[in-house]
Amino acid sequence: MSARKPDFRPFAVPLGLVLLWEALMLAFPTASETLAPPHAVILGFFGIVTDGTLALQTAQTLSSALGGLAIGFTLGSLLGAAFGLWRWFDRAMQISVESVRLIPSVALIPLSMMVFGFGTRMEITIVAFTTQWPAMVLARAAVREVEPRLMEVATVLQMSLLQSATKIVLPSILPRLFVSLRLTAGVAMIVAITVEVAANPYGLGAAILAAQISFRPEVMLATLIWTGVVGAGINQVLLTTQNRLFRHSLPGGGGSE
Amino acid sequence: MSTAMPAQISLADVDVSFGSKTVLSGLNFEVFKGEVISIVGASGCGKTTSLRLLAGLLAPSGGSVSFEGKPVRGPRRETAIVFQDYGKALLPWRTAEGNVSLALEVMGVPGPERRSRISELLALTGLAGHHDKYPAQMSGGMQQRLQIARALAQDPAVLLMDEPFGALDAMTRQSLQDELLDLSARTGVTIYFVTHDLEEAIYLSDRIIGLLPNPGRIGRIFDVPLPRPRDQLITKEDRSFLALRHELYDFVKGSEH
Repeated sequence: MSARKPDFRPFAVPLGLVLLWEALMLAFPTASETLAPPHAVILGFFGIVTDGTLALQTAQTLSSALGGLAIGFTLGSLLGAAFGLWRWFDRAMQISVESVRLIPSVALIPLSMMVFGFGTRMEITIVAFTTQWPAMVLARAAVREVEPRLMEVATVLQMSLLQSATKIVLPSILPRLFVSLRLTAGVAMIVAITVEVAANPYGLGAAILAAQISFRPEVMLATLIWTGVVGAGINQVLLTTQNRLFRHSLPGGGGSE
Repeated sequence: MSTAMPAQISLADVDVSFGSKTVLSGLNFEVFKGEVISIVGASGCGKTTSLRLLAGLLAPSGGSVSFEGKPVRGPRRETAIVFQDYGKALLPWRTAEGNVSLALEVMGVPGPERRSRISELLALTGLAGHHDKYPAQMSGGMQQRLQIARALAQDPAVLLMDEPFGALDAMTRQSLQDELLDLSARTGVTIYFVTHDLEEAIYLSDRIIGLLPNPGRIGRIFDVPLPRPRDQLITKEDRSFLALRHELYDFVKGSEH
């Protein structure tokens, strides 16, 4: 029912606020350096869309965020799965992992910049470093929470190690790994933008900072809103994929989801 | 059972202990081909442990378990298990067909032959026409039928059932009991049935092993003199059914003190 007829009511409040903002800016005109009326933001948005800067900046941010995510998520998941499978390995690595994990990712910007200079590589490195920890923790939990009864079924059926890995373990943990991918994708976007705002003269984060410094609040706000839209878009794509792929195994999959 | 017939499964002086705790002590009994044998007893007297011994999931601490004259060293194709918690024992990401297929895949049955075996097994367990349903789309009774179908896919000589109908409602339970008796009559599969429901034990079995707790040991083996085929009403109104029910009740109640 609700899928057929889209419900517009949730949009009433934000739309009302935007109109109020416009009305207030018209009633009390100011030459603000930080605020711009919505119509100016819309015009600013069209400006950066038509001259191609927004597309370039988006591509820069996305390639760093997704590239770093690919590396961090893969490494973290593999490490986490190994920790989940072999407890002795988990114990042996615990102190090393915990001490490195606690370094705030932003603190690595100077180091990464020293090694790679400005650009995509230094940003990818920091995104990968940051995303691997949540990916590791979630993959470890996913492996540990494989239903013991299913492992017993594998034993009763006399499955080989490879058979139980491909027929039982992997399909059991895939839905959880996908949830982990969604979570770390959000982290990747946050870290990429942070690095750009703080240091890297690339991408959407740098564009927001540049617009602020050059007193162009309408461009700053347009880029800011667009950044939010990109993040929400990534999440929506992943969520739709997740619902399509794991419709049968997520509910009642024996987990804490 | 006649002494001329060799036992299919025999246990000789079997002890099981976990650490310093003795769970089963001095178990001696034989199971004959094609019979239905139930295990009853107060909770914690080792009913499930005895089933795991027969399955080869657990090695005895003392004594020997043998199947057709050879010692049991691990799970084997000829002994299949049906667990009580069907919701955990089925693969939620596979359809009914896929769940039965699992056992056939592991046994290396080629694809085309698999399809016809699956149809046969689903029909035998009353699931014809439900090939494409996922476990989450099935009722408890259907899920348990599916688990039985998967167990039968192993083409077992012995079906080990661990309180298989314990979680089902009374009506579903009765129809599954009748289907199980029908299955045993048609296929000649031996059934080793763990239950805490005394009426169920009598209704299904040729013999009933009564276990005593602390440590788990055989108290008495009851013969069930009721004719086959059995009927939910007529059999349960039979004088010897009622007498046996009384005896078993006293046995289990008496063992709890």
